[in-house]
Amino acid sequence: MTSHAALPSWAALAPMAMFVVTALVLFLYDAISPDSENSELLAGISVAGALVSLGLTGWYLVAGTGQPRRNGAISLFGDSLVVDGMSLFFTALIASVVILVVLASYDYLKDEPHQAEYYSLVLLAATGMAMMSTANSLATAFISLELASLPSYALVAFLKHNKGSVEAGLKYFLIGALSSAVFAYGISLVYAASGALQLDAVATALESPEAAGVLGLGVIMVVGGFAFKTASVPFHFWAPEAYEGAPSPISGFLSSASKAAGFVLAFRVFTVAFGGDAVLESVDWVVAFQVLAVVTMTVGNFAAVKQEKVKRMLAYSSIGHAGYVLIALAALTDSANSAFVLGSGMAHLLVYGFMNTGAFMFIALTEYWGIGRRFEDFNGLATKAPFACAAMSIFLFSLAGLPLGGGFFSKFYLLMASINGGVALLAVALVVNSALSLYYYSRVVKAMWIEDPADGDFEIESYPVGLYAAIAIAAVVTVLLVPGFGPVAETAQMAAEMLV
Amino acid sequence: MVMIEALLAVTLAAAGVVFLAPNRYAAKLATALSLIPLVGSLYMWSEFTASGNALLEEGAVAFESVFTWLQLGQYELQWYVGLDGVSLPLLVLTTVLTTLALISSWTPIDERQSQFYGLMLLMEVALLGVFTALDFFLWFVFWEGVLIPMYFLIGIWGGPRRKYAAVKFLVYTNVASLVMFIGLFALIFGLGDSLSTLALPDIAQAVRGGGLGGFAFFDAAALKTFAFVLMFAGFAVKVPVVPFHTWLPDAHVEAPTPVSVILAGVLLKMGTYALLRFNFTMLADVARSNANIIAAFGVLSVIYGAMLALSQRDLKRIVAYSSISSMGYVILGLVAFTPHSFGGATFQMISHGLISGLMFMAVGVIYNATHTRMVGDMSGMADRMPWTVGIFLAAAFGYMGLPLMSGFAAEVLVFIGSFQSTVIAGAPVYTMVAMFGIVVVAGYLLWAMQRTLFGAYSLETDYDVTPAPFHEVAPLVVLLLLVILLGVAPDIAYGMIQDATEPLLGGGVA
Repeated sequence: MTSHAALPSWAALAPMAMFVVTALVLFLYDAISPDSENSELLAGISVAGALVSLGLTGWYLVAGTGQPRRNGAISLFGDSLVVDGMSLFFTALIASVVILVVLASYDYLKDEPHQAEYYSLVLLAATGMAMMSTANSLATAFISLELASLPSYALVAFLKHNKGSVEAGLKYFLIGALSSAVFAYGISLVYAASGALQLDAVATALESPEAAGVLGLGVIMVVGGFAFKTASVPFHFWAPEAYEGAPSPISGFLSSASKAAGFVLAFRVFTVAFGGDAVLESVDWVVAFQVLAVVTMTVGNFAAVKQEKVKRMLAYSSIGHAGYVLIALAALTDSANSAFVLGSGMAHLLVYGFMNTGAFMFIALTEYWGIGRRFEDFNGLATKAPFACAAMSIFLFSLAGLPLGGGFFSKFYLLMASINGGVALLAVALVVNSALSLYYYSRVVKAMWIEDPADGDFEIESYPVGLYAAIAIAAVVTVLLVPGFGPVAETAQMAAEMLV
Repeated sequence: MVMIEALLAVTLAAAGVVFLAPNRYAAKLATALSLIPLVGSLYMWSEFTASGNALLEEGAVAFESVFTWLQLGQYELQWYVGLDGVSLPLLVLTTVLTTLALISSWTPIDERQSQFYGLMLLMEVALLGVFTALDFFLWFVFWEGVLIPMYFLIGIWGGPRRKYAAVKFLVYTNVASLVMFIGLFALIFGLGDSLSTLALPDIAQAVRGGGLGGFAFFDAAALKTFAFVLMFAGFAVKVPVVPFHTWLPDAHVEAPTPVSVILAGVLLKMGTYALLRFNFTMLADVARSNANIIAAFGVLSVIYGAMLALSQRDLKRIVAYSSISSMGYVILGLVAFTPHSFGGATFQMISHGLISGLMFMAVGVIYNATHTRMVGDMSGMADRMPWTVGIFLAAAFGYMGLPLMSGFAAEVLVFIGSFQSTVIAGAPVYTMVAMFGIVVVAGYLLWAMQRTLFGAYSLETDYDVTPAPFHEVAPLVVLLLLVILLGVAPDIAYGMIQDATEPLLGGGVA
């Protein structure tokens, strides 16, 4: 027995609490010296907070907190929050992404005002996301979703003097508000059918559903709410605009951490609350997710092919990846391998958290240097910045599923998952879309390494430390996930086993 | 044994060192470092005592090394490497050709050297991995890993249309890999619970042992055919077999000479090696019952490739198309299912690796001096570059199958084997049509040489042609000596090849 056995059960929420505390410390500092331009300190506090949070989660994961080999899941606040393997896995993922985002933002926001607010908004959003991973009731699910979303709207529009940023924020907010309303309405219908909000209670009540029609409509609307947060069809329209207009570190944050948070909530709600046979009889959400998965990955990838701007291409590819992860819900046809299916989706989100965030950090770097956004603007970049370009190539090849990074394995696990689930169409769509994706990812690689530099040669004047650190960390982790994918997949599957 | 791990690790480390080295030292440094895997592989050859096929027999794997990598559902994925009589000669071919190709890069590669040489060594790692990996997953990692350095090597240092050629190569061969991947996984799923690892020997023995069940809407027999067709199509792109060959001329013509050497010398062999390991080992019965169709593909490649070569003006294109023709013999040899045809086909992989490498290098040396490769643009080169031309001539005769050179041994073995084939209906007809390919080869090579090498000296470009420097000729000499050595004493490699291919003729598990 290690010493933390004596800790009270609410200590299990410490990683999440760390985000809030750090955000409050930042506010406090800003209140004391509002005109300070000490961005080193602000970024330092944020990174330290996220690091402590990551360390705590890692410790809990290793020590077995909230997992079967200790005392099982830890329920808090009348079962409305739960700390288990799943929540810890995703909190670790979110904390890692926050570290990368803050490191990159330190350089990216060099001369912007209101940095304290920026960092605290990032940490508040992270709090919401971490809470999404622990939410065990539809009420906390909704609250945490809003807590993650509201700071995100502000962050997208953070560059106040940039029209694109403001427009993106507005669009994100409007679609977000709409989908929140749909989500809340869905919850109310589920409540009407089950009389409960706590997920296990919903599941018990739904063993003999009374108002099947109302329930069905409710479940479909809840699906819609998740589609927004994970940038899946049909609520994906905000994603290209928001990712393109937002400051690049925030684009990485939203497309990695926020997406992961949306998925963990969906995993929990659908497997715990709607996992019963009776629910599936009245509304077969597995089939709904199958359709959504295929459509989402196809729409994302085909749209990405046609893009002329790199950041926008990454935004569409992010939609495509949401489609891949949806396999984790769409292939839940057979309870015998549900843990494997769900675990594969989780593992892909983790790998994606690094390779995709890394790619957006590279975009942030190019924006920092004032390089344009089109593919041609990247021409010959590798001669100027070979290390950053090598890292970007690793991210892109890994995103495409070549065995240079962990993306190869996680896609392969998803392929196995869809075949084990007996949904061959998903497997085919995954393979075809992956093959297609290599085409547009390799366009960036080609521009950087193969094309000759454009006229009007620009000079790179400085090599920002924070951005480079973020890119290097993301690249190293992406590569290390090739030999180290085993433990990640095992952890994910163990976590998933607790739910299904 | 950790020999293979050491080989891969040293080469990988060498690549890393070269990437970080300054441009002006990169060439010599990379060449020197590439001697380590070369010597290592030769040492392994001298220590090699195993006999038998690695996929079919226990204890046939030399330098074996296994440990668990990760658990994928019911399957244990392993780091599993080892060698047998088929893969060892290919391993040595890779290390030899890489070192020589690195030397032949000294002249033509004049920018971003450290990246070029680093990528060449990185490709060597992937190639060594392809020939040593015995776990499907690990093998696939290396197989795909070859694409990435190749893409850059063609795309950055290639000719005028290099960007198009690089993307075409990447997308074309990646799609082929996925097709093949689906094929093999159909087999794995068909084997169901009886399989607990993805080691190639386990898969091969389970399939040959009749453990295959149905999967999805296929019964066992249909599943076998389905898997065979997908894998054949996937590998046929790599070989390449007509009509899957269209990426090759583009890639070859645009690639710089040393990259062409590796491309023709080793990369194409990945395709035939994989065909041998997968289609003709695991699914031998499907190959047997469809032998005529496959043999037709082989003969078609021989004739069509040769015809295409006949109509080219670019010396590199001529060699590229004639590679398609030569690989057709390998297909014919594999599908004939006789001891000599299997052995000859494998021997042809080695022999063609050396000869085509030699031809590309010789064309490269001439190009370095003249800056043209067009047949009509030059004549009488023999007066100005006697050594180079002499070796080029010898290599061309090797290509035509001159006795006492390795090409002769390989082709004769293939023809004897396929002539005797009982699997192909009307085998003698196929063999004779394929032999006609040699006549065409002789025709186009003699004609091209007549026009470029002999006659009065003239050159369309404004360069002063002088004899090539020593470091350009030396690799040619080494390769030529190897070609002659294997022609005079084919048993150096043929013995172990026969040991390893013989078991493939049996029906079930050996």
